Amino acid sequence: MAEPWEEQSEGTVKKFMFVNRKAPYGTIYALESLEVVLITAAFDQDVSLVFTDDGVFQIKKGQSTAGIGMKNFSPTYRALEGYDIEKLYVDKESLDARGLTAADLIVDVEILSRQQLADLMNEQDVVMSF
Amino acid sequence: MAMLHTVNKSPFERVSLDSCISMAQKGSSVLLIEDGVYAALKGTTVSDKVSKAMDGITFYVLGPDLAARGMTEDRIISGIKVVDYAGFVDLTTKHENFQAWL
Repeated sequence: MAEPWEEQSEGTVKKFMFVNRKAPYGTIYALESLEVVLITAAFDQDVSLVFTDDGVFQIKKGQSTAGIGMKNFSPTYRALEGYDIEKLYVDKESLDARGLTAADLIVDVEILSRQQLADLMNEQDVVMSF
Repeated sequence: MAMLHTVNKSPFERVSLDSCISMAQKGSSVLLIEDGVYAALKGTTVSDKVSKAMDGITFYVLGPDLAARGMTEDRIISGIKVVDYAGFVDLTTKHENFQAWL
């Protein structure tokens, strides 16, 4: 007999979007978002991630946290592909404002305008903001 | 001897840096720490503001916080000095008083 969670996994697949707006390390939001993203993917949901405002700093290349005594969780973004999370979107305006380009980012992303992001956001069943 | 100010919030998200700059007197020092280190970057929407403030205020940035965020010294506004934790301690002892802009 199937366990309850197995029965539920045959249910509907919803579109989940995670909107990441905070820099890493200064607050716990970025790490917490990553935890929830992985949980959501484990339930075979349709997951997309957006990086906007200071959230674009989460996926900056070359993070090295030995000096601040915190865990460097940025390699986890590279592992998302293994969980079938491949919809990563970055707000171009936020990159530009911070002097960053696609070459600064640790993962392959789709760089979109605010209008394109707004349209994507509007298509979601669930939007979670971190 | 002048005051040492620290700013630990991102200049793109909070007004801590603006408040600090507007009230820091000539001859004082500002040390950027934690998410405040993003204010030290070249080519951003706040770079000009910081460069202007450097006429009169000495800016420092905490190296370990820069490295954690993947930022190398070549991306820092020229004239901002990178210090380590020992340098942070030196700054506190060399200034008469201290204010943390949280």
